Amino acid sequence: MTVTMMPAVAEERRAPRIVGVEFPFGHAFGMPGDRVMQRRVLELALRLLAGAAAFGTRVDLDVEWPAPLREAYRAWQPREPSPIVTKMLEARRAATD
Amino acid sequence: MWAPFAKRLAGSKIALLSSAGLYLESRQPAFDLDRERAEPEWGDPSWRAIPAVTEGSLGVAHLHINDADLLADPEIALPARLLSQLVSEGLVGAAAENHVAVMGYQDRRLVDWRQTTAPAIVSFLRDQQVDGLVLAPA
Repeated sequence: MTVTMMPAVAEERRAPRIVGVEFPFGHAFGMPGDRVMQRRVLELALRLLAGAAAFGTRVDLDVEWPAPLREAYRAWQPREPSPIVTKMLEARRAATD
Repeated sequence: MWAPFAKRLAGSKIALLSSAGLYLESRQPAFDLDRERAEPEWGDPSWRAIPAVTEGSLGVAHLHINDADLLADPEIALPARLLSQLVSEGLVGAAAENHVAVMGYQDRRLVDWRQTTAPAIVSFLRDQQVDGLVLAPA
């Protein structure tokens, strides 16, 4: 049973049961401190785990992230680019110099 | 792989798995971020057992996500306390004594994962007689 911000990828990778959430990365179960939202996600995941009737069952949670997209983006972006992103940016710069 | 869930949720033991890079600050090493900084295509393939009832605080070691909200409330990635609450309410039979944390950025070949990490986690969950697992990629 997978709770994911990328349900289409989970389908491609043939995850057997999928709950899709439109949340920022790092926030699979919702907003910090929001027990109601977290419970909605976990309960849906558990009910799908136990009740899905077929392979590939996917349910997308009908909950909108309660903050503007720009804030949501900031909520998951690391403070500095990851090492692989830094390496790719350096390679791109070198190719264009 | 597909398998029908044979038991009722109220009679089942459930575990959680997060890839948010969580670890017990008091007695577990963080995931190896120094090596990832030196070898950007490598990611630490080890895993951590996270007790359902944690003593002490959880740390976060993951260079690809912002850790501020995770440190403020680890339940957004590994809702262990919430699962225990659902057990006390009778919705779920039991929670695993230990959940599982990994760090989600991995070498794309996944050799260590296939050969070592995944089999070890499966064995760990089977030893706890877990019936179902909720995975939450970070």
